[in-house]
Amino acid sequence: MIEFKNVSFEYENGKPVVQELSFQIEKGESVGLIGANGAGKSTVMKLLLGLVSGDGEILIDGMPMSRNNLADIRKKLGFVLQDSDDQMFMPTVYEDLIFGPVNYGMSREEADRKADEVLTKLNLTDLKHRHNHKLSGGEKKMAAIAVILAMEPETVLMDEPTASLDPYNRRIVINTIKDLKQTKIITSHDLDMIMDTCSRVILLSNGRIAADGPAEEILRDKALLEANHLELPLGIAKR
Amino acid sequence: MKREPGNKIEHALHELTAMDELAAGSSFVHSLNPGAKLAAAVLYILAVLSFHKYDLSGIIPMVIWPVLLFTLAGIPVRTCFYKLRIVLPLVMAVGLFNPFFDHTPMFRLGGFIVTGGVISMITLMLKGVFCLMSSFLLAATTPIDSICAALRKIHVPEMLVTLLLLTYRYVGVLTSELAVMTDAYHLRAPGQKGIHISAWGSFLGQLLLRSMDRAQSLYESMLLRGYDGRFHYAIRTKFAERDAVYLAVSAAFFLLVRYGNAAELVGRLFVR
Repeated sequence: MIEFKNVSFEYENGKPVVQELSFQIEKGESVGLIGANGAGKSTVMKLLLGLVSGDGEILIDGMPMSRNNLADIRKKLGFVLQDSDDQMFMPTVYEDLIFGPVNYGMSREEADRKADEVLTKLNLTDLKHRHNHKLSGGEKKMAAIAVILAMEPETVLMDEPTASLDPYNRRIVINTIKDLKQTKIITSHDLDMIMDTCSRVILLSNGRIAADGPAEEILRDKALLEANHLELPLGIAKR
Repeated sequence: MKREPGNKIEHALHELTAMDELAAGSSFVHSLNPGAKLAAAVLYILAVLSFHKYDLSGIIPMVIWPVLLFTLAGIPVRTCFYKLRIVLPLVMAVGLFNPFFDHTPMFRLGGFIVTGGVISMITLMLKGVFCLMSSFLLAATTPIDSICAALRKIHVPEMLVTLLLLTYRYVGVLTSELAVMTDAYHLRAPGQKGIHISAWGSFLGQLLLRSMDRAQSLYESMLLRGYDGRFHYAIRTKFAERDAVYLAVSAAFFLLVRYGNAAELVGRLFVR
């Protein structure tokens, strides 16, 4: 379970980015974190991953986040970055796949097995020994997801997972996300994708929660979305 | 078709990433222990640097070691020179002024008197080229993470090793940002060659800021996947008997060339 208790954060210029944020995410939930640019979505992710620290308390499975247990907490969380180039920093997909597991203490044989397992599950076995710089955008995104799944995280966090993907690859990524059994927290402006993959939505506005509830309910609320500089998902608007 | 500057940068980036492909080979040289390769490369550089500035005939046989290993690794020597083509002129320029300062006559070649300045210039150039060749050989046959792991094993400070690793990774980041920026610049400055001097300041500033952002993101990505300054994931090969033999043979060769006048020995085979 992930819990934010009155979490606030501001950068050095003193402008608050996140203000007294409180919410809970239960194990197995799929939560879409939405909001206009600058609403605080990325900062919430960074706070959750311990990349920045603010006021208030963040608990992961009851463990309060602190410097001392950061490694244990990060082991539980797998973060798929928006730009796969930043995530795939090793020469080949295989080396990226084993990077995390081996760092977290898995033996190389075990990591190898895990890598094969994940690639097979995602139907990506042909990517295993490919060089990262030769992958297409869609392949790179799928490989980035595989890299995170190989770490066996309890929660998968994704930042704009469908950004810059063509419709075909976007659909593949959406189907993959839907099949994931882990707790999922997804930030995106692609509200159709959020509708497809998340059961709950947290709408952020100026660092505060503007709405928190079932995706079906929030993503159909035209007035609420427009008041927060968003639009109805295309799939709903067309109906 | 004429290449646009942006494409040149992308080409350079591709060449850089191609080093990883070279290092992923499976030859005898690739399979040697990274520590043994690192030690041999360091010994080679020390041996090369120890030659006297006038010992041109002595240093020439040192070329055998990298050329032989390039051959064994299945990497054409011309690949090394091609990839180092930008750095080579800089290295070779090191002794360029020696002929102007050192007029000591050494020997006569036809009607010309060859001075100590010319000899020392060529020796210095060869030293630079040989050192680059051995460094390239190491990088082209050993993944960067394995080199870093080997450096840590010989207790090179963690900070320095991390710096080396991140520099290697960030060069790619910096180059790709540069490619995007130069493309964007040339789309709005058609027909202009290079970046106009008036834009250099803001261009470099932007490049630095963007690269720092990307570098930060990349580093965070490493941290989130358990990176702690150690190289658990680097491929480890045990220091085996053949690594010891490789190191011993290499060291013996360096000593022979350095102190045994190999050029004279080879010459005696043909001239009695």
